[in-house]
Amino acid sequence: MSTPQTSEIVARCQALYEDLNFTAAREWKEAEPGRKVIGFMPIYIPREIIHAAGMLPLGILGGGDQLEVIHGDAYYQSYICRIPRSTIELGVSGRLDFVDGMLFPSICDVIRNLSGMWKVMFPGVYSKYFDVPQNYEDEVGGRFYVNEMAEFRRDLEEMAGRKITDDDLRRSIGLYNRNRRLIRELYALRARTPWKAPAAEVYLVVRAGLVLPVEEHSALLEQYIAAAEAEDRPIRDNCRIVLTGMFCEQPPLNLIKSLELAGCYIVDDDLLLVTRWLIDDVPLDGDPLHNLSQAFLHQSESTAAKYEPDQEEKGKFLVRAVKRTGAEGVIFAAPSFCDPALLDRPMLQNVLTRANIPFIAFKYAENSGQMQPIREQAGTFADSIKLWSAA
Amino acid sequence: MNTTAKASKAEVIKDASMLKQKEMMAKHYERLANAEANGEKVVSTFVPGNLNELLMCFDLVNNLPEVNAIQSGLRRQSGAYVMEAEKSGHSEDVCTYVKSDIGMMAKGNIGPNGKKLPNPDVLMLSYTGCFTFMKWFELLREQYKCETIFLQTPYMADGRITPNMIQYMVKQFKEDVIPKLEAVSGVKFDIDRLREYLRKSAQAEEDLVYILQSSKRRPSPIDAYFGGIYYIGPIFGAFRGTDDAIDYYRFLRQEVDQRIAAGLGPVTPDGQMGEEKYRLVVEGPPNYTNFRQFWKMFYEEGAVVVASSYTKVGGTYDFGFRHDPDRPLESLAEYCLGVYTNRSLPMRIEMLVNYINEYEADGLLINSIKSCNSFSAGQLLIMREVEKRTGKPAAFIETDLVDPRYFSAANVKNRLESYFQMVEQKRGGAGKGVAA
Ligand code: SF4
Ligand code: SF4
Repeated sequence: MSTPQTSEIVARCQALYEDLNFTAAREWKEAEPGRKVIGFMPIYIPREIIHAAGMLPLGILGGGDQLEVIHGDAYYQSYICRIPRSTIELGVSGRLDFVDGMLFPSICDVIRNLSGMWKVMFPGVYSKYFDVPQNYEDEVGGRFYVNEMAEFRRDLEEMAGRKITDDDLRRSIGLYNRNRRLIRELYALRARTPWKAPAAEVYLVVRAGLVLPVEEHSALLEQYIAAAEAEDRPIRDNCRIVLTGMFCEQPPLNLIKSLELAGCYIVDDDLLLVTRWLIDDVPLDGDPLHNLSQAFLHQSESTAAKYEPDQEEKGKFLVRAVKRTGAEGVIFAAPSFCDPALLDRPMLQNVLTRANIPFIAFKYAENSGQMQPIREQAGTFADSIKLWSAA
Repeated sequence: MNTTAKASKAEVIKDASMLKQKEMMAKHYERLANAEANGEKVVSTFVPGNLNELLMCFDLVNNLPEVNAIQSGLRRQSGAYVMEAEKSGHSEDVCTYVKSDIGMMAKGNIGPNGKKLPNPDVLMLSYTGCFTFMKWFELLREQYKCETIFLQTPYMADGRITPNMIQYMVKQFKEDVIPKLEAVSGVKFDIDRLREYLRKSAQAEEDLVYILQSSKRRPSPIDAYFGGIYYIGPIFGAFRGTDDAIDYYRFLRQEVDQRIAAGLGPVTPDGQMGEEKYRLVVEGPPNYTNFRQFWKMFYEEGAVVVASSYTKVGGTYDFGFRHDPDRPLESLAEYCLGVYTNRSLPMRIEMLVNYINEYEADGLLINSIKSCNSFSAGQLLIMREVEKRTGKPAAFIETDLVDPRYFSAANVKNRLESYFQMVEQKRGGAGKGVAA
């Protein structure tokens, strides 16, 4: 079998990305009677448990820039970000009518409150606010989290009409470990040779994993990595930047493309964190929920939605990301009105200033249309980095 | 008996309890200003999830940045503070309490009495009901570099408190919060001392509930939003668990009883309120930069607020919760879990519907605060649902807590006037009186 070209793979991912009716997930559900789909919003949920129940975890990331929001705006004031209103739009327009459950992770008060709105608006759907510990002690936050996951497991067992065994969980953890390894590999490939794996492509390829079954997505990742490595693409005289702040409301694809066109290779980002939240393999032996909990407490990404107990550590993850990927600067891109990203930003910027890492900042919305100002800002940033490194 | 007194300068009428409350607050700000000189250690913390009884066990003086921001708002200083914070890189999109606090810090941290507020010795980050809290104290920790103690209150998403939630919180108390408070203060934890404070809290809470529920009468002897904000001050702040709070609420209760006996309505800044024409339930915090002007738009029209959700951000005592000396740590956990902003949206809807019915209100008014996602995200659905379930009209206004740029008096007044007309029409159309 011949390896497909990157363009073929990306075209498939782009089609999945553009399909606001989630046809792929619908087809998966219809393929066998009794199948169930569980939607989840950013930032993190343990998809392994859903998978182990024989269900499809489906990432719901708002409506992007193609969805016309007709009803959603009636639910939100102008000073609240976009993602909840377009998510409501997806719901009330029937685009999620095949979804059996919705999970609202503990990321901010907007998504927290959306969990209650979902209960009121879609009373027939299982809807759960997925709370996680902000205390990282094994016996304190760890125990709380294991119990929360156990409750979730029981809920899914009830929906599935069968037990989720520890072996089911281990098998799913193994599959997601593999998926995470591949995504880490893809990110490493991009950091090494960003011209071979443009950020917009990486985004689409990773994002496909929020719709496809994990087995299928891992195969797709392997194909893309192989194809990207094999293809020759022109190297541009771009600087390298880390992109941060995009962990919830999605930027328009054009925004990501614009940054690279403006002269900034994106060598790391915090997009779609659920796919690489756990930064190392979760062990397969022993109690699976305990293992997931340990990974969450001690081996997970840093982000604004988390409490950082150690002042010395605050923001260091960003400095480390810059060092690890050989980046020359950081771009803070936050959704308008996003509490986590915008409240965190000054602290992160202080850390970067102390580490002598240049940065710029701007805001966006999932439906931002006008890219010119962002392109100009990023272009100027790229130029100044080049001047600075030449000096 | 004359229960009102005149503060001659501004010609603002305050009832005696308000004066007493003002004295208590002034004394507390003096204590804060002199803390260092007196060798007292200071803890900063939040109103929802305020652990005053526990903090007193360590002889710590309670400083509440939210209350400082309110004071700055009432004194019209918050606007400049917010701008100062925005100049130094804080986004225009985030909560103005935080920016007022940070701007105030940048300008010398001068408290409402004109004296410098002390630097905290410890930040008690009681993470209850609001995401912003977490980042706010991370921001303060960056400045003060002091011990920061984190306590997570799980969100009551499914309308119930589970054993896992209580266990988690009690464990945090035992293994993290209390040992750290001991280390910072040098005072050994004494659970009997905590019990004693909790017993006192419960006593004051009884009276507070009596006062807040007095508005079920006609006319209501209190305004449960604008007046209510004064009433909750001591118990939501640094006085819960003290004799001062017990005295204050007893005194206030007597004052309310006298008004009931005399058939009087609330006291407003312009004196005794006239005829009670409209009874409202209000959801959301008030605006503080134009607090009196805002209130006036209500009492001028004969509108009295009979119940509000904002007066439950520091505890939902009217649902029966009392601090319990027999289960001290569990009871502190339940307290944090139950505060209004930690309640799920369906619970909030139900609570407002019940208020409208139980307090025989004409409808719901939502004051939506630009700053506050915790309150505001979902309020439009709350409005629709409450309207649907009660058949009473609802209205929506938008302001901010302490950012004067977001208070448009003309807009708010217009909205309110048309709302009152709507209430009138509804009454006329229904062909019946005010009562539900
Ligand atoms: S974009 Fe930010 S504020 Fe909006 S829902 Fe996501 S995390 Fe919350
Ligand atoms: S976001 Fe709301 S609850 Fe949180 S600090 Fe600001 S005003 Fe208070």
